Amino acid sequence: MKWDEFFVTGDPMIYGADVSIVLTMVGILFYLTKYNKWKWLWDEWLTTVDHKKLGIMYIVSAVLMLFRGGVDALLMRTQLAVPEAKFLDSQHYNEIFTTHGTIMIIFMAMPFLIGLINVVVPLQIGARDVAYPYLNAVSFWTFFIGAMLFNISFVIGGSPSAGWTSYMPLASNELSPGPGQNYYLLGLQIAGIGTLLTGINFLVTILKMRAPGMTLFRMPMFTWSSLVTMVIIIFAFPILTVALALMTFDRLFGSHFFTLQGAGMDMLWANLFWLWGHPEVYIVILPAFGMFSEIISTFSRKTLFGYKAMIWSMLLIAGYSFLVWVHHFFTMGSGALVNSVFSITTMAIGIPTGVKIFNWLFTMYRGKIQFTTPMLWSLGFIVNFVIGGVTGVMLAMAAADYQYHNTYFLVSHFHYVLIAGTVFACFAGLIYWYPKMFGYKLNERIGKWVFWVFTIGFNVCFFPQYFLGLDGMPRRVYTYSEESGWGPLNMVSTIGGFMMGIAFLILVYNMYYSFRYAKRETTGDAWDGRTLEWSTPTAMPPFYNFAKIPEVTGLDHFWRQKQAGKVEKLKAEDIKPIHMPSNSGVPFIMASFFFVAGFGMVFDWMWMAIAGIIGVFGTLFYRSFEYDDGYYVSVEEVIETEKISK
Amino acid sequence: MRRLKPFFTFGLLMAVFMLSGCSDMIVLDPKGPVGAEQRDLIMYSIWFMLFILLVVYALTAFIVYKYRDRKNHKGYDPDNEGSHLLETIWWIIPIIIVIALSIPTVKSIYSLEGPPEESKDQKPLVIHATSVNWKWVFSYPEQDIETVNYLHIPEDRPVLFKLTSADSMASFWVPQLGGQKYAMAGMETELYLQADEQGTYEGRNSNFTGEGFTNHTFDVMAMSDAEFEKWASETKAHAPELSKGQYDKLMLPGHVKEMTFSSTHLDWVDHATNAEYALDARERLGYEEKIPHSRAAKEEKKKREEEMKKLEESESESHGDSHAH
Amino acid sequence: MAHAETHDPNTPLEYRSETGRLNILGFWIFLGAEIALFATLFATYMVLEHRIADGPSPGELFEVKSLLIQTFLLLTSSFTCGLAVHEMRRQNVKGLITWMAITLGLGLGFLYFEIEEFLHFIHEGANIGTSAAWSGFFVLVGTHGAHVTFGIFWVTMVLIQVAKRGLTPATSAKVFITSLYWHFLDVVWIFIFTAVYLMGMVMHNG
Repeated sequence: MKWDEFFVTGDPMIYGADVSIVLTMVGILFYLTKYNKWKWLWDEWLTTVDHKKLGIMYIVSAVLMLFRGGVDALLMRTQLAVPEAKFLDSQHYNEIFTTHGTIMIIFMAMPFLIGLINVVVPLQIGARDVAYPYLNAVSFWTFFIGAMLFNISFVIGGSPSAGWTSYMPLASNELSPGPGQNYYLLGLQIAGIGTLLTGINFLVTILKMRAPGMTLFRMPMFTWSSLVTMVIIIFAFPILTVALALMTFDRLFGSHFFTLQGAGMDMLWANLFWLWGHPEVYIVILPAFGMFSEIISTFSRKTLFGYKAMIWSMLLIAGYSFLVWVHHFFTMGSGALVNSVFSITTMAIGIPTGVKIFNWLFTMYRGKIQFTTPMLWSLGFIVNFVIGGVTGVMLAMAAADYQYHNTYFLVSHFHYVLIAGTVFACFAGLIYWYPKMFGYKLNERIGKWVFWVFTIGFNVCFFPQYFLGLDGMPRRVYTYSEESGWGPLNMVSTIGGFMMGIAFLILVYNMYYSFRYAKRETTGDAWDGRTLEWSTPTAMPPFYNFAKIPEVTGLDHFWRQKQAGKVEKLKAEDIKPIHMPSNSGVPFIMASFFFVAGFGMVFDWMWMAIAGIIGVFGTLFYRSFEYDDGYYVSVEEVIETEKISK
Repeated sequence: MRRLKPFFTFGLLMAVFMLSGCSDMIVLDPKGPVGAEQRDLIMYSIWFMLFILLVVYALTAFIVYKYRDRKNHKGYDPDNEGSHLLETIWWIIPIIIVIALSIPTVKSIYSLEGPPEESKDQKPLVIHATSVNWKWVFSYPEQDIETVNYLHIPEDRPVLFKLTSADSMASFWVPQLGGQKYAMAGMETELYLQADEQGTYEGRNSNFTGEGFTNHTFDVMAMSDAEFEKWASETKAHAPELSKGQYDKLMLPGHVKEMTFSSTHLDWVDHATNAEYALDARERLGYEEKIPHSRAAKEEKKKREEEMKKLEESESESHGDSHAH
Repeated sequence: MAHAETHDPNTPLEYRSETGRLNILGFWIFLGAEIALFATLFATYMVLEHRIADGPSPGELFEVKSLLIQTFLLLTSSFTCGLAVHEMRRQNVKGLITWMAITLGLGLGFLYFEIEEFLHFIHEGANIGTSAAWSGFFVLVGTHGAHVTFGIFWVTMVLIQVAKRGLTPATSAKVFITSLYWHFLDVVWIFIFTAVYLMGMVMHNG
C-alpha cells in the first residue's frame, strides 16, 4: 500500500471534508477539555447502560448519518440536474450512490428506529430497563463503530463503489480492487453484530419483562411491532453475516464463492443478499407501522381500530418477508414458474398492508382528530405511502417488472416506501417522544413548516422519477445525454431534493430553537397519551423509570385510568429498593478493538486485524470474570428523586 | 379540507402528467409484440392502482374532514375499536385485486418465455449477446458474423438472444422492443424480442457494472428481411476476420467504437461455459485493475477519457456509413 | 431489572435467579440465530458442491477413518457434557469439573483430527481457493471447528470460575449455557456428517 492509495487526494471536495473533519475533532477536544467534560462524557454517556441514554445516542448518530446520506443525495441530484453535467466524475458518483444507499438503510433508518425502540419500549411495557442492559451498550457501540469505520472510507482509502447491493463479480478483487469494498464488508459486519444482539435483547425484554397484567394482547402496537421486528432480525441477520463473511473470504483469502474464477457463482450472492435484504425492508417498516398506530390513536383520541387484525397482519407480513426475495431479480431468468410464484407472494404482501391502511383510517373514524405535527406526519404517511404501495404491486408483476427493473421507476418506488414510511415515522416518532427524552416539545409551528416543505419537496423530487423510469432512464447512471429528453424532469427532481434538504435544516434549527425557548413540560404526559410511557410523574423518567412497577388491567391502561379519574398516586410505603445494573466501559473498549480489527482487515494488514480480534476476545473474557450484580437504589433516594420532581 | 388541498392539486397534476406523457414515454411506446404485451399489462395495472388511490384518498379526505377536532364535534366514539363486517370487507377486497392482477401477470410471464404468439411458426434469428465491461459483442452464428455495440435485426421475425457476460453481471435491455434480462458470466439466459417497425432503437446494459456503466449502450437497427440478408452477406464477404488477439483486446475494460467481423468468437470461446476467459485475457495483456484513488488509476482514467473523446469524434465523422461495411 | 429469586428447592440452581433465567432464554434465542447462520452455510455448500472447476471433488478426498474418529470423539464429548450437568445438579463440583475436563479433552481430540484432515486435503491439492466447492467445504466445516475452538476456551473460563467461586446461581447458569452450546455443536456436526461427508462419499462412489 502506497500513500497515494491510503489518503484520498485530488478532489477539492475531499480536501474540504478533510479540513472540516480535523476542525470538528479539534473543536470537540477543545470543548471537552476547556469545560472539563471528559469525566461527564465517560460517566454519563460512554459507559452508560441506560436504555434511554443509549436510545438517544442511537438517534443522534442516526440524525448525523441522515445528514451524511442526505449530502450524498444532494450531490447526486446536483450532478443529474442537467444533461452531461461535469460536477462529479463517474467513479465519484458511483461511490456516492453506494454510500448513500448503505448509510441510509444500515446506519440511518435502522439505528433511528432502534433508538426509538430503545427509548420507548421498556417504558411502554412498564420495565426498568431491558433484559440485558450491558449487551444493549455492546449493541450500540458496535453499530457506532461500524458506522464510523464505513464513514472514514471517503477520506482514507476510498469508498466502496459497487452499489449498496454490491453484486458480484463487480465487487470482487478483480474488478473492484482496493480497500473500498472491504469497508463495506467490515463496516456492515461489525454493525450487524450489534443489530443481532439488539434483536435477542429486545425479544427477551418484551417476552419476559412486561409489567404484571400486561398480557401479549394488551401490549401497545409499537411494542408489538418491535417484537415482530426482532424476530425478523434474529432470522435475517445471520444470513447477512454469512454473505458478508463469504465475500470477505473471496476478497482477502482467495476463496471462490462468488468469483469469476474457480467456478464461483455470482447469482448466489444476489440470492443471499436479498434473503437478508427483503426481510430488512420489513425491519425498517414494521416499527414505523407501530409508531403510526400509536400516534394516530393518540391524536384521534380513540382506541386503535382492529387491534388484533393489526397484529395478525404484521405477523403475516413478517412471514411473507422471507418468501419474496426473488422479486429483486425477476430478470435473472429463473423460469416462468419461479417468477410466477414470487410474483404472487409479493403481491400478497399488499393484502395485510392494505388492511393496516384501512384500520388506520378507521381509527380516525368517529375520533376527534388533532393536527399536531406527529399526526401530520402520520397523515402524510398514509397519503404518500399508498403511492409507494401500489407501485410496489406494479413492480411485483414480474412480466411488467422486466421493464421497470433497474430504472428510476424502481428508485422512486422504494423512496416512496422508505421515506414516506420509515423517514416520516422517524420524524413523527422523534417529535412525539421528544418530551420523553428531553423534557420539552419541539416547536409545533416550525415543525409544521418542516412537514410541509419536506413532504412537498419529497413529492416534487420522486414523483417525476416514475415517469423517468417509464421513459427508460436506468438507475445509477452518472449522467445522460441531451437527446434522451430526461433533462426537465431531472431538474424538477433536483429542486425537490433541495427542498427536502432545506426541511432538514429547519428541523435542526427547530431542535436548537426549542432547546432555547420551549416551555418545559411539568408532567410526564405531554400529549394526553394512552400508554405507560406517559404515566411517569416527571417529563423525563428517572433512570429507574418507574418507582413502582404499574399493574396493567387492559389495553391503553393509562388512558382508561385517566378517563376513570383513577390515576394512582405514588405512596412512600409502596417504594422498595430498586435493583439497577452498573455502568461499564467494557462495551466501548470492545467496540474500539472491533475498529482496530476492522481497519486492519480493510487494508489487509493481518497483524493489526489479529491484534484487534485478540482485543475483542480479551474484553469478552474480562467480562466473563467480572461479577457485577448491579446495585440497589435506596428507598430514600427514590423518595428524594420523586419528590424533587413533583 | 384546507390542509389537504396540496395533495389534491398534486393528484390532479399527476393525472395530467400521466395522460399527456403516456405516448412519449418509451416503455409505453413499444415497437414490437413483446413490449406491447408488457405495455398492456402495465396500463391494466395502472388503472387498478389509480382506482385504489382514489378510494383511499376519498376516504382519507372524508374522515379527516368530518372528524377533525372542532367545536360542536359530533359522532365522537372513543371506544369504537373494530367492526367484523368492515374488516372482513377490507381483507376480501385486496385479495380480489391480487387475484385480478395475478392472472394476467402469470399469463404474460409464461408467454414471454417463448417467441411472440403472432410469429410462432417462424424460425427465430439466434444472436449471442455478450457483455464485456463496457461494450456489447453480438455474434450471429448462422450468418457467422459478429458486431460490437450495434445490432441489425430483421423486422417481423422473432429474435432469440442468448445472453452471457465475460465479467460483470449485466442486463440486456432494449426498452422499445421489450423488457430486460440479465447476462451473467458462466451462464446463458434467453430472451425473445421482435421489432414490428423499422427504425433504430436504443439498447443498453441497465445493471450497474462500474465506472463505464453509463455508456454501456448499443443501437438496434430493425430493417426489412431483404435488407438484413443483404447486410449479412455483405458483412460476411467484406468485413475482416476476428482474430484471437483482437478479441483479447476487447476483453479489456473500456469503451470501443462499433465494429464488424466476418467470423465469431464462438469459434474458440463461449463465455456461458467459460467464466474466466476475460480475466485470463487481461492477464495475457498484462492488464491489472487499479485501486480507484491511486495515482495509477488516475493516469489510466485520463487515458480512457482521451480515447473516449477520439471515439466520439470518429463516430460523428463517420456517422451514417459506420454500419454499412 | 427485576431480581426476583425463586427458592423452590426443585428448581435447578441455574434457573433460580432472574438473571440466570433470562440468560438461558436469551441463549436459546441466540441458538436460533446460529441455526439460521449454519443453514445459510449449508445451503451455500449444497449450491456449490458440484462446482469443482479443475480440482478434485470433495467426495473424492473424504476418508472414512478420520471421519469416524472425529464423529466418535464429538458425540462422546456431548455425552460427557451431559454427565457434567448431571453432576452439577447433584451439587458435585468435583464431578462437574472432571466430566467437563473430559469433554474438553474429547473436543481437543476432535480438533486435532479435524486439523489433520484439513492438512491432508491441502496436501492433496484442495484448499479454500481450489474451487467454489472447496471454499464452501472449508468455510462450513471450518466455522463449526472455530465454534468448537471458541467453546473450548469458553468452557475453560467457566470452569475456572466454578473452581474459584463454587456453584452459585450465576456460575451454574454459565455452565448450563455452555453445555447448551456444546450440544448444539454436536447437532450441527451430525448434519455435517450426513449432508457433507456421507452424501459426498455416496455421490462419489455410487
